[in-house]
Amino acid sequence: MDWGQIFNNTAYWVFSPETIAYALAATGLAVQFGFGGLLNFGMAGFMALGAYGYAISILSFGWPWWVGILVGCAAAVVFALILGIPTLRLRADYLAIVTIAAAEIVRLLLTTQLFDAFTNSADGLGGYHAGFRAANPFPKTGADGEQIVYGFGPWQWTSDQLWVRVFGIILLGIAVYLVWAIMRSPWGRVLKGIREDEDAVRSLGKNVFSYKMQALMIGGVFGALGGVVFALPSAVVPATYTTSLTFFIWTILLLGGAATVFGPVVGSVIFWVIMGFLDNVLPVLAQADILPMTAQQAATLRFILVGVALMLIVIFRPQGIFGNKRELTFVK
Amino acid sequence: MLFGLLLAAGMVFLSSPGGAFAAEAPDTPGGDQEKTDFYFGGIITYDDQPVAGVTMTIEGGGFKAETVTDAEGKWRLYVPDKDDYVLTVDEDTLPDGVIVDPTQLPEGIQPKQGTTASFDVTFGLTGSKIVNLFLGEGERVTTSFIDQLVERLMNGLNFGLLLALASVGVSLIFGTTGLSNFAHGEMLTFGAVIALVFGVWLHIPMWLTIPIVIVFGAALGWSLDAGLWRPLRRRGLGLVQLMIVSIGLSLAGRYVFQYFIGGGTYQLPGAGAPRDIKFGPIALSWIDVVSMATSIVLLVAVAYWLLRTRVGKATRAISDNPGLAAASGINVDRVIRIVWILAASLAAIAGVLWAYFRPGVKWDMGVQVLLLIFAAVTLGGLGTAFGALIGSLIVGILVEISTLWIPPDMKYVGALAALIVILLVRPQGILGRKERLG
Repeated sequence: MDWGQIFNNTAYWVFSPETIAYALAATGLAVQFGFGGLLNFGMAGFMALGAYGYAISILSFGWPWWVGILVGCAAAVVFALILGIPTLRLRADYLAIVTIAAAEIVRLLLTTQLFDAFTNSADGLGGYHAGFRAANPFPKTGADGEQIVYGFGPWQWTSDQLWVRVFGIILLGIAVYLVWAIMRSPWGRVLKGIREDEDAVRSLGKNVFSYKMQALMIGGVFGALGGVVFALPSAVVPATYTTSLTFFIWTILLLGGAATVFGPVVGSVIFWVIMGFLDNVLPVLAQADILPMTAQQAATLRFILVGVALMLIVIFRPQGIFGNKRELTFVK
Repeated sequence: MLFGLLLAAGMVFLSSPGGAFAAEAPDTPGGDQEKTDFYFGGIITYDDQPVAGVTMTIEGGGFKAETVTDAEGKWRLYVPDKDDYVLTVDEDTLPDGVIVDPTQLPEGIQPKQGTTASFDVTFGLTGSKIVNLFLGEGERVTTSFIDQLVERLMNGLNFGLLLALASVGVSLIFGTTGLSNFAHGEMLTFGAVIALVFGVWLHIPMWLTIPIVIVFGAALGWSLDAGLWRPLRRRGLGLVQLMIVSIGLSLAGRYVFQYFIGGGTYQLPGAGAPRDIKFGPIALSWIDVVSMATSIVLLVAVAYWLLRTRVGKATRAISDNPGLAAASGINVDRVIRIVWILAASLAAIAGVLWAYFRPGVKWDMGVQVLLLIFAAVTLGGLGTAFGALIGSLIVGILVEISTLWIPPDMKYVGALAALIVILLVRPQGILGRKERLG
């Protein structure tokens, strides 16, 4: 067993675009669930709208790449409105069922043959990279004409790969800063108050519905940005945006800590590093007959472990690794 | 953009059934589709002259593709697998008074019963099959709109009844414990997998497999409550936490099934039986008849249990007011245990019926209907068992009938959209009591 190779493959996930994308989406979910108490199970839908809004704006309408990102965010805001109006006045579990259903509607609309001209149905979209790569500030080749490799050790990237990561981390940094800033503002205090006791805040004359809607929108925009970062390096395929994706984001959020600023980021890194590690180790163990299973079964095993981990976190440490238990008394 | 999609969906919904879309021929035969290793192709001729602009569709195994013949009458349709498909010629695009000549069909190909333009086609030894069609004058036989409607209605009823078996369980669990059980889909898959193991791999006849499935389902329900849910209730976990635990269970469960049966689809014995039992326009296979009869018998039994037996009455009492029920001497934990056993057995049977309806046993088959079950339960009224029954029938029939107007790959969209609309208009559902839900 080549432990050096396994270490390198695992360390790759610390700065992978997937990690950054999931961290962004989990940050959005932290605003909705951790600080606002909203049970949004449709994060996959927000991410899909971000990714497709970006890709379709570029491919079908020929707009610049940064307009594509804005379109993705606008689609997420509209989606939040459509979801919030019927459900934010109802009990929390209704929002859960409606958001998960709406995310499935989005996925089915993106998969159907009907809008093939825009979405390329089940095959998804690709080849929208030109604009984003043209904006890359890092030189591709050095003075000698050789391709420059940035970084060291397990983290070696071409300039395009570096640009995706830098751009993603900038977006993530802005998102985390915004969450930190608004949660210590009066707006954030009202939102946390709604999470703890809606009626008490309503009796203070605050418009609870409006605050919840704003939280749903802000979280949704972060989710859409996560979708954009997810789409930046390769392609968008509708089969990515199933309910499993939403559940992975939830696992990340609860792992790091739902009502924390940095929890989602740390949760995402831990999640992907463990997933990457298991992805490398389990098939090797299976091939070496240490685990009594085929390599394919070994690859499935890590997803079973995600489910079990989610159950264990919620039962034994619902506040997550970094959370404060008092912040999560609303989960009942 | 989202509004655009919704608008387009609405326009398709409004367009009349069977309305042909104007289509253009691809530059090369098959050039308008994704290339695969397998294709059907051929030429359409009438009096030795090629016929251009004929719309052809291929359908089977959930796949559907469409093309148009070019100026030389040539067409080609790529398919994902080497499998059996139904090839349909759109008769509206043929010259007037002309049909595909049934006497000049290639060897081994017959028009499907009741039509003159649909054919069962299959591959030979190679990855391509040439189906040349010759046209001749003749009388068109098509299924009328009413007949189609009746057929879909029966299909929808069948689907709705099997959904009801699952939804009643979800509703009873919600009523007695307050838990929205996201792992219910996996309880369906569990039943289908048990039927696969005993009915296919161990060659036990189906009439004996069904009781085995019920026993295993009951055992699953007992162990879930005894091993997981009761200890968690004792720990005093909140409802949101319990719901997230059920999501973790659902994730773990679906990948456990994939671990054991892999990513493929397996057929249960008798699946895809011919529809040779006829009542007027309704054609059913014996599987459909047995399936519907099973659902109805079980649902009547559950209704009797709820209305007439002591435990059933206790269940409804707990749904109404758990505190009062416990105070009047009902053993709440025991009733909840029975509800879990009942719900899991019903879900296991529903899983077997769903495996026949789809058809096929697959690791994620339960997830595919989970949201329809939730839609049915919400539509009928969360926590009311009879509401779940009505909601399931509406959802099942809505899903099937909507395929008259919208493409089959969007048939679940209608049911899920109905879920959102019902929450806008009547959030307590059809049979739910009006109370403050906020």
